[in-house]
Amino acid sequence: MRRTLYLLAALWAAATAWAQEVPEATLDTLVTIDEVVVWGIRPFSEVIPAQRLSGVQLEALGSHNVADAIRYFAGIQLKDYGGVGGIKTVDMRSMGSNHMGVFYDGIQLGNAQNGQIDLGKFSLDNIDEIALYSGQRSDIFQPARDFGNAGTIYLKTKRPRFKDGRRDNLTATVRTGSFGLFNPSVRWEHRLADNLSFSLNGELTLANGKYHFRYRRRFSDGTPAWDTTAVRHNGDIQALRFEGAIFGSMNGGSWNAKLYYYDSERGIPGAIVNNVWLNSQRQWDRNFFAQGTFKRRISDHYETMFNAKYARDRMRYVNPDTTLLLLDNTFWQNEVYLSTANKFTILPDWDMNLAVDYKWNSLDATLDNFARPTRHTTLAALATQWAWHGLKAQASGLLTLINDRHSTMRGEEVVSHSNKWLTKFTPALFVSYQPFEAHDFNVRAFAKRIFRMPTFNDLYYTDIGNATLRPEFVTQYNVGLQYQRANARGFLAALKLTADAYYNRVTDKILAVPSGRGQYRWMMMNIGKVEIRGIDLTARAAFRLAKDVELDLNANYTYQRAEDMTDPADTGYGGTYRGQIAYVPWHSGSVIGQLTWRELGVNYSFIYVGERYHVSANIPANHEQPWYTHDMGAHYTFRWGRHSLKVAGEVNNVFNQQYDVILNYPMPGRNYRLTLTWSL
Amino acid sequence: MNKMRYILCVLAALCVVLASCRDEDIIYIPDEVEVSRPEFTDVKGFFLLNEGNMNSNKCTLDYYDYTTGTYSRNIYPLFNPTVVMNLGDVGNDIQVYGSKIWAVINCSNKVTVMNRKLPTFIKDIDIPNCRYIRFHKGYAYVTSYAGPVQKVERKYQQQGYVAKIDTATLEVVGRCLVGYQPDELEIVDDMIYVANSGGYDLNNLETTISVIDIASFREVERIEIAPNLHRVRCDHRGVLWITSRGGLIETMPPCLVAYDTRKRRVVAHFDDFPVGDMWLDGDRLYTVGEAWNEELQEWSGMAFRIIDTATMTIASDCFITDGTDAQFRHPYGIAVNPVTKDILVTDAMDYITPGWLRCYGQDGVLKWQVRTGDIPAHILFD
Repeated sequence: MRRTLYLLAALWAAATAWAQEVPEATLDTLVTIDEVVVWGIRPFSEVIPAQRLSGVQLEALGSHNVADAIRYFAGIQLKDYGGVGGIKTVDMRSMGSNHMGVFYDGIQLGNAQNGQIDLGKFSLDNIDEIALYSGQRSDIFQPARDFGNAGTIYLKTKRPRFKDGRRDNLTATVRTGSFGLFNPSVRWEHRLADNLSFSLNGELTLANGKYHFRYRRRFSDGTPAWDTTAVRHNGDIQALRFEGAIFGSMNGGSWNAKLYYYDSERGIPGAIVNNVWLNSQRQWDRNFFAQGTFKRRISDHYETMFNAKYARDRMRYVNPDTTLLLLDNTFWQNEVYLSTANKFTILPDWDMNLAVDYKWNSLDATLDNFARPTRHTTLAALATQWAWHGLKAQASGLLTLINDRHSTMRGEEVVSHSNKWLTKFTPALFVSYQPFEAHDFNVRAFAKRIFRMPTFNDLYYTDIGNATLRPEFVTQYNVGLQYQRANARGFLAALKLTADAYYNRVTDKILAVPSGRGQYRWMMMNIGKVEIRGIDLTARAAFRLAKDVELDLNANYTYQRAEDMTDPADTGYGGTYRGQIAYVPWHSGSVIGQLTWRELGVNYSFIYVGERYHVSANIPANHEQPWYTHDMGAHYTFRWGRHSLKVAGEVNNVFNQQYDVILNYPMPGRNYRLTLTWSL
Repeated sequence: MNKMRYILCVLAALCVVLASCRDEDIIYIPDEVEVSRPEFTDVKGFFLLNEGNMNSNKCTLDYYDYTTGTYSRNIYPLFNPTVVMNLGDVGNDIQVYGSKIWAVINCSNKVTVMNRKLPTFIKDIDIPNCRYIRFHKGYAYVTSYAGPVQKVERKYQQQGYVAKIDTATLEVVGRCLVGYQPDELEIVDDMIYVANSGGYDLNNLETTISVIDIASFREVERIEIAPNLHRVRCDHRGVLWITSRGGLIETMPPCLVAYDTRKRRVVAHFDDFPVGDMWLDGDRLYTVGEAWNEELQEWSGMAFRIIDTATMTIASDCFITDGTDAQFRHPYGIAVNPVTKDILVTDAMDYITPGWLRCYGQDGVLKWQVRTGDIPAHILFD
């Protein structure tokens, strides 16, 4: 009964959601049911909706981290150095990971030092939904920073929800399994008043990170030439994460504030090369941030939102290996962020948003001659959204004003100060059209131009940095289709299909090139040029197989041709011109399936990454084999009274495939995990 | 019925996905390319050691056979199919002594000894962060960055050393501490001259040559030359030709210095003279190098020069005469055929993709060129 109601509600919402702003409260209610029953069509106010993972699908991915979950989106490549503590970053549509913006509860996670957000640091434990947007989230009511990336990932953490008039929710989870993993976490949610609640969440991750890996070669007749198995060392991690959040609501508005603290020590397992089977580099990370959001509808014509954040990060890297350059470097970063967004509803179908953000970043380090850079960024975005019958369009313009300051040092002496200004204007246009009122079928397109600033490392890292770098630009064009339907009864409960074709150009790509200052020195330069043509296909379907038996399937496929256009003279055998760029497969895809029967769930997920080359000279010596992993799991929930205990077991990489995502970084073979979750 | 169809469709789709296959990794079969007409002299061919970028484990060995005009890329796996992970990570030097070839594999922390006739593996000798090798009276001497460590004001300093290897037993038999980050070494009159670079710390570059007395295997002297020394080669008059990479500031440009070991003083100094690699052939010192403009942060020109070591003057400002010097991205290594005097110059390109080997006649005209492995660098005539 509840399901029927929900599906009817979803159908209604999908049909009428066009120009209508769906209040967040409604969405949340829908999502709540979503978790209990089955997914349905989500009403959207965005011109082009996101790829999303939430509810049962995230559950199907078991105990993976955010990076592992993101692999299941179309158009994504994950750079994974392997293991529990290995760094994992994502690259979307081959534009480079620095073009991705990662937002945590609505505010971007920054890393002015190297632009990389290690998504392996975020466990799915505290995540409610992951949404991925190409271009930008085409919902105009957002801060200016949300307009400033070529692709965006939104991580939404769990919000307190209280059933049956309860005041407290308590959840305790413990995970264990391969890699010497011990991973307990606790979450407590408390309702202070009807419109005020808080949540506290703590998680500890301990793992020795050891696993076996195998490298081998065969003669062409198939007999083994060499075959070696070793243990991956120095992949251990000790990490503590603590989050606290408070949520409030008022008439026509809501606010929240949160604190985040992460402290870790990990080994950096490093590349496996001839005669080097062990690495000893260590890294310590300490990340803290405090952030808050306030949102309120003042009148039918005006809605406003404020965001603020302070972040401080410390990173220490130590190389104690006496066969390499000995290092012990510490870096400190600060970020202050303030934002105001204001939406004006001029006509019922016509909205405008004016958002202004200010951001301050600084970096200090124990490096010699370090430039101690600071960056002031002011962003102003003006966006408008308009709907007319089945047509919906959004146009936005982002004005970026950046002021970089640094000192040129020689030893302790300041040689000079530098003060550089940069102003850029970048537009974006999103359109979608629904030709038939009775069918949820859309044709959509977008075009966007955006850039990424060189990071502080690109610019000022002692010996490698190049202060003369320009921003790296991306131009994106995308056309696509989307069809979705939900059936209140029958075998097929819901279906969603999307297809997108795109063309991206990256110019002034920042690459490391050999520099002139002696042995093994590199420097960053704006020399790269890449052209990317691709197709992303996604399909999702939910089936009612029998009474209480539901099957949820999600499949993605991506084709990409990402050509290195840097040097037109570098052709012929071993040339890079028009070669597929490093680590981008032509074909990749994934499948997630979950079968549920009452309290029992069975999950299966599969990921495929086709053949690739590790550099854009596409010759046999640089060829990388395809890899594909099958993960399986099952979970059952026992309930007595208000208590419940969920037992989940997983086997990942079931067929024990030995593979590298990055050359000479072996990935784990078959591994196991057991999760116990007790809730009150 | 309808349901079954759906399920079958889904299963069929899954099977297609699952069937996508993966080849076995097969031992690399060398690529053979015809690059020139056969040539018959006392020099049968040459080995070329490609360094390969750090962490790539792509140090490879190529061979050019003069008698067939065929260039073979990556021959080591063919001769040594059972050696785990091939030659290793970053080849830094290759030399021959008697019947054996010695390859210094920097980031694999070892010296690989192989047969000269066919490059089959004999032994790996562990020497951490090893750089260059030379031979003298039954012993091999290898420079290494990885000596003892001191911590001075939060910063690490690591002295370098020269390892002594008995070429009969292939065991390390001694070590002698020198300066920081020692690079090339040369042996003259029972003395080892080691070019100290200090390149790990650009604020405190080394400026000296360490002199080791072979009999006592002790450092006996330091000779002041120039900052950040790299290569050192001795001509037949006992004059050392020493290159300096230069420092970070304009007052320390790269230079080439001639030091007479008999007169015990500097006899020539070529200022602002970048040398990445050089090759001595009789009275001619062939050099390749690139100038770096620190202020503009860019390369400001390549140099292909010849020095007359008899007169200590520049004999040629550019030994390439047909304009093909403009095709070079990063000239990296040089060698001269002892018989035909053909000049072989390598181009490292972007250091991560295959480079080029170009062969020039004494007239400076390109004879042939061929793609190599990554960072072609060190040539050894067979």
